[in-house]
Amino acid sequence: MIEAILILLGCQLVGETLTRGFGLPVPGPVFGMALLFAALQVRARLRPDAPGVESLPLGAVATFLLANLSLLFVPAGAGITSHAATLSEHGVGLIAALVLSTAVTLAVTALVFVKVASLGSRGDAP
Amino acid sequence: MSDAGRLWVYLAASPLLWLAMTLLAYAIADRLSLAAKRHPLVNPVLIAVAALSAMLWASGTPYAIYFEGAQFVHFLLGPATVALAIPLHRNWYVVRRAIVPILAALGAGSLTAVISAVGIAWAFGAPYDVLASLAPKSVTAAIAMGISEGLGGNPSLTAALVITTGVIGAIMVTPMMNAMGLTDYRARGFAAGVASHGIGTARAFQVDPVAGTFAGIALGLNGLITALIVPALLAWLR
Repeated sequence: MIEAILILLGCQLVGETLTRGFGLPVPGPVFGMALLFAALQVRARLRPDAPGVESLPLGAVATFLLANLSLLFVPAGAGITSHAATLSEHGVGLIAALVLSTAVTLAVTALVFVKVASLGSRGDAP
Repeated sequence: MSDAGRLWVYLAASPLLWLAMTLLAYAIADRLSLAAKRHPLVNPVLIAVAALSAMLWASGTPYAIYFEGAQFVHFLLGPATVALAIPLHRNWYVVRRAIVPILAALGAGSLTAVISAVGIAWAFGAPYDVLASLAPKSVTAAIAMGISEGLGGNPSLTAALVITTGVIGAIMVTPMMNAMGLTDYRARGFAAGVASHGIGTARAFQVDPVAGTFAGIALGLNGLITALIVPALLAWLR
């Protein structure tokens, strides 16, 4: 369990160090995710019969964190109240921008995904 | 000073109280969400944030004091982001076949998120600093705050807009996708991640593991591409 936590923190630490050190526009944890993903792919190539990551403590820690991902946004969310003044000053415009933009973004992203996926799979559909 | 007064002084100065309250508010909110069969309107982030805001207001506790306790939960966002590599690795055979739709949907979604938000707020007469704070609203808070700060926005207003966007997207995604008749969980999850980052991803993992994996990929890629396009687009407005 300790090693699993160390792997996650280690990837984040390397990610933070490299992104800050080179001034990259990627956040450290996202770079850390790419690093861990690459390591897992290499491990699966080198040792194809090794047990899958889901049976390791790392898999258990990841499942626990991701199952409770909503919780991790609560502390930042509780800070919204301190912006009540700005939010209400530009209230209508900001709320309209957030609601409409989120709805349009959801629709456009999903529709483009489905359309492009159907173009690509036309030939090999069963 | 009374015993109750001394007790309050101790609790107010220690991270224990607000760490426990954060977990308590979330535990109750998650129970409610489960009891409502994960109905999108019964969003656990929204309920827990509302409950904590009420507690902070009622006890006159400043946010900085609250955060001294809650920071231990907040810190886990980093390791949780790294942990997204595990579902990505496990579902790689599904992801690899969808590279072209992923890139097409990413480009379309990223541009739509920034242009629609800035355009609508601009039409309502929002000043430049508010537009710069709003532009990165669909990406995860850490990246969004960095983008906003670099462009003369207000990073803490950005954090508030990012969280609000996340909750709005998490509530809207399921009914919207059902109304549009979209049943492809890859597309639904990817849209949730592009439009509403980690909170959309949390919602996607509640619904389906493949949706969650695609939301996680979208969160990472959208953070990267938004950091590149927002400065270019906002240069026009300055």
